[in-house]
Order: sequence, then C-alpha cells, then structure tokens
Amino acid sequence: MSPRAIVEIGLERGMDLIAVCDHNSAENSGAVIRAGKRKGLAVLAGMEISSREEVHSLALFDTEDQAVRMQDLVYRYLRGSNRPELFGDQVVANELDEVEGFNDRLLIGAVQLSFHEIVRAVHRLGGLSIASHVDRPSFSLVSQLGFIPEDIDVDAMEISRHTTREKARMEIRGIERFPIVSFSDAHFPGDIGNPCTCFLMEALNVAEILQALKEEGGRKVIQ
Amino acid sequence: MKVIEIVKLLRLSAATGEEGLDREAETGYCGDLLSDVMANSKKGALWLTIQSHQNIVAVAVLRELAAVILVNGRMPDEETKIKAQGEGVPILLSPLPAYELAGKLYEIGIGRA
Repeated sequence: MSPRAIVEIGLERGMDLIAVCDHNSAENSGAVIRAGKRKGLAVLAGMEISSREEVHSLALFDTEDQAVRMQDLVYRYLRGSNRPELFGDQVVANELDEVEGFNDRLLIGAVQLSFHEIVRAVHRLGGLSIASHVDRPSFSLVSQLGFIPEDIDVDAMEISRHTTREKARMEIRGIERFPIVSFSDAHFPGDIGNPCTCFLMEALNVAEILQALKEEGGRKVIQ
Repeated sequence: MKVIEIVKLLRLSAATGEEGLDREAETGYCGDLLSDVMANSKKGALWLTIQSHQNIVAVAVLRELAAVILVNGRMPDEETKIKAQGEGVPILLSPLPAYELAGKLYEIGIGRA
C-alpha cells in the first residue's frame, strides 16, 4: 500500500475522492495527498481511531494540518511501542513511495479516550466523525457497546461490505437516525473502492460531504 | 447472597446505585464486549467488566443483572453514574483483575450450584 499505488488504483477504479485512514496515525496522509495532487485525485487526511472501549471510528479532515492536530491528541493517549515481529513494520512513506521512517508507537492499541471524547475532538477540529463498520462483530460501536448510544453525535454510520443498507436498517436498532455510508476499509490495494459511497456534491471536501449527509442544499448520498 | 453482603465480604466499594444493594446475586459473568454480555449473561448475575461506558447500565437493566463490578480499578464515566443512579443499578468497584475477583466470588459460593 504505497502512496502512488493507492492513487493509481483509486483513479483506475473511478474514484473522485479517497481518504487515508491508518490506525491511530495520520503520518501517511500528507504523502498520499501530494501523490494524489500530482495525478489529479482528491485525498482527505484521516485516521481510524480506536477508543478506550475499542470502538473504531473514522476521523476525516480537509487538511493534513487538522489531521496532525488530531493525531497529537491521539498520541498523547496512546500507550506502548510497536513490536514489528508481531504487528509488522509501520512504515511512514513519502509521495515518491520512499520509506521515510518507521512509526514506533503501538498503533494497534486503544487510545485512552472514550468514544464520545474522540467524536467531540474530531468535531472541534472541523472534521467528520463516522463510526466504522458498525455491523461487524469486533471493534464496532455495536460489538463493544452493545447498541448505538442515544446521545452519540457521529456524522454517519459506516457499514462494511458484508452487509447492505437494508439489512443494517433491519438488524441494527437506532441506525436509522443516522446517514449510512459504506467504504472499502482497504487493507490491500485490491480492496480499494469496494465498496464505495456515491455523493452528489459541488466540490470534494468535508463541508460538502457533511451537507450531503444531511441532505442540505441539494447535496445527497446517492448510494 | 445479597449484593450488600458480597460488598462487605470482599470489601468492594459502591460508586452508585445503592438502592439496588438489596438484590440477590445468583451467579457471575465476566465480559468486556457488551454485545456478548447482552447475549449470554444470566438474570441475577454479578457482571465483572472493565467497560465504564454508560451503555453498561442499559445492559444490566436489560439482562436483569444484580450489579456491575468495575474491575482493575476502573472508574465509571460521569454519565454512567447518573444513569445507574436513575435505574438503581449498583456499580461496584474493585482494584482486582476480573480473574482474581471471580475466584473470590466463587470461593464465597456465588455461581456454585
């Protein structure tokens, strides 16, 4: 999963916008944003953050700077060092696919902030907060917390490729209060874009996505 | 055995929900995945967990659990305390890990047929 390969496959598969969401880190966001710029693919900076309850959520930002500020908070509450022999090398790459270094933090770990605190922090920084793969039996809002908490303020619920919107609406109580999106959660290049979500928007940025999620100003989630 | 007796015997502290201390504890259950606890815990169980999120109160009410014991020195979130107080669900605290506390509960007869 090198920056240039991600951009190439994204373009091949007809994506207009992708987001880089490493686990608890945004250190590769800038490289993919710059690689995308060279080839004409819009890229959001992001992270998939694991909360104290081990609930995964996506944090999506327009700029690398915002993502890095979120990352500062995440790193402050993330303990432990990586063991590459167990969890693999955590490469930090540049836009030319060169290895710039290795991230030594235990990125597989859980940030010692509650899910609610993470959602609030992402919003404070102007980002989108989306609960990840809520239909899955591990690391999801539903698996960790039993059901969708009443007072949760995420911008959308993401479902995995293992279910459909219709099925999710039938099986997950409370999901109907939120817009539903579906992303690839790609861990390998071949997974990119499958599935994806189609938005009707004027431009490729967080504010437009938020409008589409809320169905404001003619924007919407098409499918 | 009543929850209040267990609190005294094992020197637990009660964070909130004191009005429920009169309940009978029949057995125990250990789990940190709320989806699992919702599916498998039994009525009247003491639930040992490290989860401190407010949803634990709803799970305890739904499954008619006797009390929730936060282990490993974990403290309930503020919203959790408020909800537990409202529902009368005792939230008890223990510095012990779940394994050790479960052993002690078993020793005093909780969950032994």
